[in-house]
Amino acid sequence: MPQRLVVIGNGMAGARTVEEILARGGDFAITMFGAEPYGNYNRIMLSNVLAGVEDESGIFLNDLSWYADNGITLHTGREITRIDRFAKVVYDADGTATGYDKLIIATGSRAFVPPIPGVHRPGRGYHQGVFAFRTLDDTRGMIRYAREHQRAVVIGGGLLGLEAARGLQNHLPHVTLVHSAGHLMNAQLDEQGGNTLRRSVEALGIEVITGAYTTEILGKHTVTGVRLRDGRTVPCDVVVLAAGIRANAELAQTSGLVTERGIVVDDQMRALDEPDIYAVGECVQHRGETYGLVAPLWDQARVLAGHLTGADPHAAYHGSRVATKLKVAGVDVAAMGLREPERDDDETLVFAEPARGVYKRVIVRDGRLVGATLVGDVRKVAFLMQAFDRGLPLPEDRVELMFDLGAPSAEVSAAELSDDAQVCNCNGVTKAVIRDTVQAGCKTVTGVMDATRAGKGCGTCKGLVAQIVEWAAGGEVEEDPAASWYVPGVPMPKPELMRAIREHELTSVSQVFATLAPGGEEDARSKMGLASLLKMMWGARYVDERDARFINDRVHANIQRDGTFSVVPQMKGGVTTPAQLKRIAEVAERHQVPMVKLTGGQRIDLLGVPKEKLPTLWAELDMPSGYAYGKSFRTVKTCVGSDFCRFGVGDSTALGIAIEERYQGIEGPAKMKLAVTGCPRNCAEAYVKDLGVVAVEGGRWEIYVGGAAGAHVRKGDLLATVDSPAEVITLTGRFLQYYRENANWLERTYAFVPRVGIERIRAVVVDDADGLADDLDAAMDASVAAYRDPWKERAEPVTPGQFRTSLPLTVLPQVPVREETRP
Amino acid sequence: MTARPAEPGSAAGVSTAEPVIVAALGEIPLGEGRAYAVGDAMVAVFRLRDGSVRAVSAVCPHRGGPLADGQIDRSVVLCPLHLNAFDLTTGCSLSGQPDLTVYPVAVDDQDRVVVSPPVLSPPVPSPVPSPGD
Repeated sequence: MPQRLVVIGNGMAGARTVEEILARGGDFAITMFGAEPYGNYNRIMLSNVLAGVEDESGIFLNDLSWYADNGITLHTGREITRIDRFAKVVYDADGTATGYDKLIIATGSRAFVPPIPGVHRPGRGYHQGVFAFRTLDDTRGMIRYAREHQRAVVIGGGLLGLEAARGLQNHLPHVTLVHSAGHLMNAQLDEQGGNTLRRSVEALGIEVITGAYTTEILGKHTVTGVRLRDGRTVPCDVVVLAAGIRANAELAQTSGLVTERGIVVDDQMRALDEPDIYAVGECVQHRGETYGLVAPLWDQARVLAGHLTGADPHAAYHGSRVATKLKVAGVDVAAMGLREPERDDDETLVFAEPARGVYKRVIVRDGRLVGATLVGDVRKVAFLMQAFDRGLPLPEDRVELMFDLGAPSAEVSAAELSDDAQVCNCNGVTKAVIRDTVQAGCKTVTGVMDATRAGKGCGTCKGLVAQIVEWAAGGEVEEDPAASWYVPGVPMPKPELMRAIREHELTSVSQVFATLAPGGEEDARSKMGLASLLKMMWGARYVDERDARFINDRVHANIQRDGTFSVVPQMKGGVTTPAQLKRIAEVAERHQVPMVKLTGGQRIDLLGVPKEKLPTLWAELDMPSGYAYGKSFRTVKTCVGSDFCRFGVGDSTALGIAIEERYQGIEGPAKMKLAVTGCPRNCAEAYVKDLGVVAVEGGRWEIYVGGAAGAHVRKGDLLATVDSPAEVITLTGRFLQYYRENANWLERTYAFVPRVGIERIRAVVVDDADGLADDLDAAMDASVAAYRDPWKERAEPVTPGQFRTSLPLTVLPQVPVREETRP
Repeated sequence: MTARPAEPGSAAGVSTAEPVIVAALGEIPLGEGRAYAVGDAMVAVFRLRDGSVRAVSAVCPHRGGPLADGQIDRSVVLCPLHLNAFDLTTGCSLSGQPDLTVYPVAVDDQDRVVVSPPVLSPPVPSPVPSPGD
């Protein structure tokens, strides 16, 4: 009969301790109680949930099957209210008793709510609009409320407050951070570091008020502002309290355990004078210290598991040296040891570059690192943390503590780290654990991250984890297979997928799912990519299932934030006529189009058109679609070229029109934007297009590929210099076809070209080294021949209700279903 | 049986008390969604490729995107604006947004799509007299 182990608390500490016990083969009948109604989740990631960069499902650490698989009885949403330490029984709120042989208390901590008048309303809990930031429910409530309001004040300028402020910016326009100390993150940073951080945070649009005590929360029914001690009031309709945490020690205290600021434990994490009761995590006070970071908690969990299972009879916790490396509100921050020098002979090195938001301070005593603060640039943090933890000798040239001089390669730094150096501070993963995982056969970065959880916390160490995996695999690091899949729902990279599609003659998206997807399951995220690929491969034989198309491709227009659409007629090479302009003007006026805008691709955009009006507009415009919506060939931007320009050396307009004429509307893995410019002055921005053509003196044309000037800026690589417009058109088609057949879904040319390499592309496309040129040209010819203007699809809807509104903004036809009109 | 605007004086938020025929099944293409007004509520009805139907509130809680324009598979709908995902059966957000309201929906023996009022939780006393009254 195994011993009964009861764990109160299903948070990160409780669950981690149980994991460590299981990993040591501990033979217990385990029962866990969690007050929150969920499995256990990574509280650190709540700020990502608030910021909208992580979804809720991504933050859960163990799903319910984990508990079942390990024979753990889990009670969620049940709070333990009393421990009878003599009878060895715990009671929950409705009096149910559960006996134990060993008990672990892991009740964690809660948000500290400063006693500010107005925080609470009698009998109603928090004042409406006031939130703590601690649990998933807090976060959900805050998001929901913030969306409908304008101004938030975050009280507390520590780590949590900064994260809350940054996250709230995603949900409302004005965020003010009120902090009582003189500078931000005063528990970790010195004044100058705090001020550097402040400037970076202010640059993000967050207003910061330091040295400010909040004396009252204003507002009768809902929050209207906060009053500060100096008499100022800050108007707001949301208040978030992030003024620190307090250990949840009440249960232990009322049950007769020794508590001070937390539950007092010895070096085996045992509650004082209690042979069978242990405590772990943020509810604990050990040697006078309480901890609010995750790394000490992992240390404690290991010690407790080693002790309880007998796997390490000498396991003892001696406290943690707290070194933190965090991304706070988008700014890298690391801090360890002393904030300020304490002795006259402490050496201090300071580097400050306020304009870049960089600040570094290192404190050395007797040749050993005793403190470091880094803001804005934490590239040296791995080395510093190791030096700090282990008291390593420091480089003769002290400036090397702050900068890599002569830039040693990444491999060297991964190799140099000691085995027990902690790589992931969120999940407490050392270099040795990563190395052992790799040596046990897991040679992908994502595989190692899944197996060890390294990099699964705040994510700042992902780069270092990748370096160590690479080092440990000795250059045999394997790509994560999923990363190479063309779409997430079919586990095959593009070449394999295309082979399988040909082999099985799969001509529709539903056939691909039925034949190639695991379990034949459809996947909404994969449909659009597969539709594009199949159309490219099969041309006229492609069986077009409309549900596989994204809405833009169903209605041949680009959906806008309000659910209306934009209409962009084709305007080849950006050349138009008075008659065309008149007609566009008349249509826009007749239909009261809310905005008429010139696009960056030299066309005219009619914005704000309701879906149901699209066919009418197309009919009245009677112009072909400009394809300003698809993952497809978009436009060829041109300059006026040699016809009028006194500098022009080539007829860029004519060539641009010819290219657009030929390749209009062909679909691809991502959009394709082109340009032709009449001289190297580059007025048409051809150097930064997916394919750009530049006329040069002597009647020659340069072709650049892989350029971009969007979120990513890249000058294209010179593919070839040719003698005639006809050669430009041929090479354009051949390059685009090579891209269509080989690029990953949504991979723009600026990523594709460097990935494959311009030399390789030139060999295939220009020099025909592989003998593929004829096939590429033929495939492109077929696509060109298959072109149909989608705006002709307007007399009859292709599917029932193709242009029916999906918008709630207008009063819909109230559905009385007229029985007589039913078929 | 027809849909109609909520009676004056009926409880706010309770759109309609009776099932409503919103469309003939053939009006919703396979694998797509269409939006219908049911009383005061906007409902997106989807016809899955396995032939079954689902109905959820039509507006994405994130930024008001029209969910009926979203792409679906057998379990989720993706909002066309920012690709937030929602479970079609439970309405649960899979990307950190508030959940959708689920409407019971069925196809009757004449191939018509029938949407019923949402099951509210916790249950509220019905403000509508029963048909026997």
